[in-house]
Amino acid sequence: MYVAVKGGEAAIANAHRLLADRRRGDRSVPALRLDQIVEQLALGVDRVMSEGSLYDRELAALAVVQARGDLIEAIFLVRAYRTTLPRFGYSNPVDTGAMRVERRVSATYKDLPGGQLLGPTFDYTHRLLDPELAAGADVAEPARRESEAEPMPRVSAILAHEGLIEPDGDMPRDHVAGDITREPLEFPMARDIRLQALSRGDEGFLLALGYSTQRGYARNHPFVGEVRIGEVELELDVPELPFAVPLGSIRVTECQMVNQFKGSAKAPPQFTRGYGLVFGQSERKAMAMALCDRALRASELGEDVVAAAQDEEFVISHADNVQATGFVEHLKLPHYVDFQAELDLVRRMRAEYDARANAGPVDEKREAAE
Amino acid sequence: MRGQEAREQAGRKAAMATLARAGGDEMLRLWADAGLPEDAEMLRGPETGLVTVRGRIGGGGAPFNVGEATVTRATVRLPSGHVGHSYALGRDKRKARLAAIADALWQDPARREEIEARIIAPLRAEHEKAHEQRRAETAATKVDFFTMVRGED
Repeated sequence: MYVAVKGGEAAIANAHRLLADRRRGDRSVPALRLDQIVEQLALGVDRVMSEGSLYDRELAALAVVQARGDLIEAIFLVRAYRTTLPRFGYSNPVDTGAMRVERRVSATYKDLPGGQLLGPTFDYTHRLLDPELAAGADVAEPARRESEAEPMPRVSAILAHEGLIEPDGDMPRDHVAGDITREPLEFPMARDIRLQALSRGDEGFLLALGYSTQRGYARNHPFVGEVRIGEVELELDVPELPFAVPLGSIRVTECQMVNQFKGSAKAPPQFTRGYGLVFGQSERKAMAMALCDRALRASELGEDVVAAAQDEEFVISHADNVQATGFVEHLKLPHYVDFQAELDLVRRMRAEYDARANAGPVDEKREAAE
Repeated sequence: MRGQEAREQAGRKAAMATLARAGGDEMLRLWADAGLPEDAEMLRGPETGLVTVRGRIGGGGAPFNVGEATVTRATVRLPSGHVGHSYALGRDKRKARLAAIADALWQDPARREEIEARIIAPLRAEHEKAHEQRRAETAATKVDFFTMVRGED
């Protein structure tokens, strides 16, 4: 017999009303404006764009405030919103070599064309809380240095000359870039599809996996060939115009990880590479992505798959925090009938267990003999 | 003729690029100052949708999908018969409509100079200024390595 249980409607409505109130908090404190979030919590906004897989600062800021600062909830909101929009098409691939660079560092070359540009980094700060910031002190204008614009080729292009590093990843000529928003995941998957999944993957999950490779689980001796952050132009081919239409620019972070590789049956000794590209300013995420990309190429490079970070199905199936939070959090929802059934089963098993115990040692001996 | 056509396309694309990255408020202000027409027959939109952003593996390899971006587009027809299009990141529908009108006016040889002077040039100057400032701020964080000579000879 199935009995639908109704009720809770008023409780739910009131809970949502209470949520709205608590979200707003003390009314004597001014409400946050979206432009304040966009400007002053920019990296949180970037994370929501990157893992929400939707580049739109104002929407991400709205999601952050609506989610009370819970970034995974905000990412969920953005993912839900994007399903309501029609799709205009696929952009032409962005050219990160032509990026208007705001930060660019290399740990492999000191003097590289274009130089090392620290940009707005937390590196070298002392990680001391700043009471002046709490007091709302004025902030100095940034220093400026007039200089000629220099080209800034990707580090990978510099290393490529000697042939000691593998080229940028190519796919077979007839390969069409896969899209996980259109087709279900299938394993094993091509590297382009993996990169899409990693780019929207959870920063914490990828960070932990990347860290695990450094600690010896799928060790691959990484160097940061380059991290660069800046704006790249976006263009779209459309039928109504005879040229690719410019859409404006987006900020992205790119990481070129260079990995030592002693060679295998499939590949000669050379530096191999891992690649990271994410929306916004997020070098931790881009670096973690590059470490995971490299680890997941184990089979391709003829390495033994021995660690979690090399297990494609494990990594890609669990990298999406919207899926993960959905499945974990659904455990809160009513499972009354499921649980009732389990309870009946345990009661029956318990009765049988007790009956056996009460039957005494004779039975036990017989059972042992069987 | 081929060369002239290519130059014209390059000019139109450059104007569209400037319109795409312009702020909506700034464009509206310039539009009002120039007294340009705000009425046009809407053939499409303004409508907001998604464009999937593509990158390349390793920076220069095979394409892959990074994520999506909101884009708003519009198509208009002017009484003169010129049809204009606009595409830009974001969800600003008012800006999309004006940018489409600007593109239509740009294609009218009688209006092109006016659009270039009153709308495109100021937007481009503003953008260049902001870009140069950003570049100078970044350049100030460039590391100038030097070597310290230590010990004897």
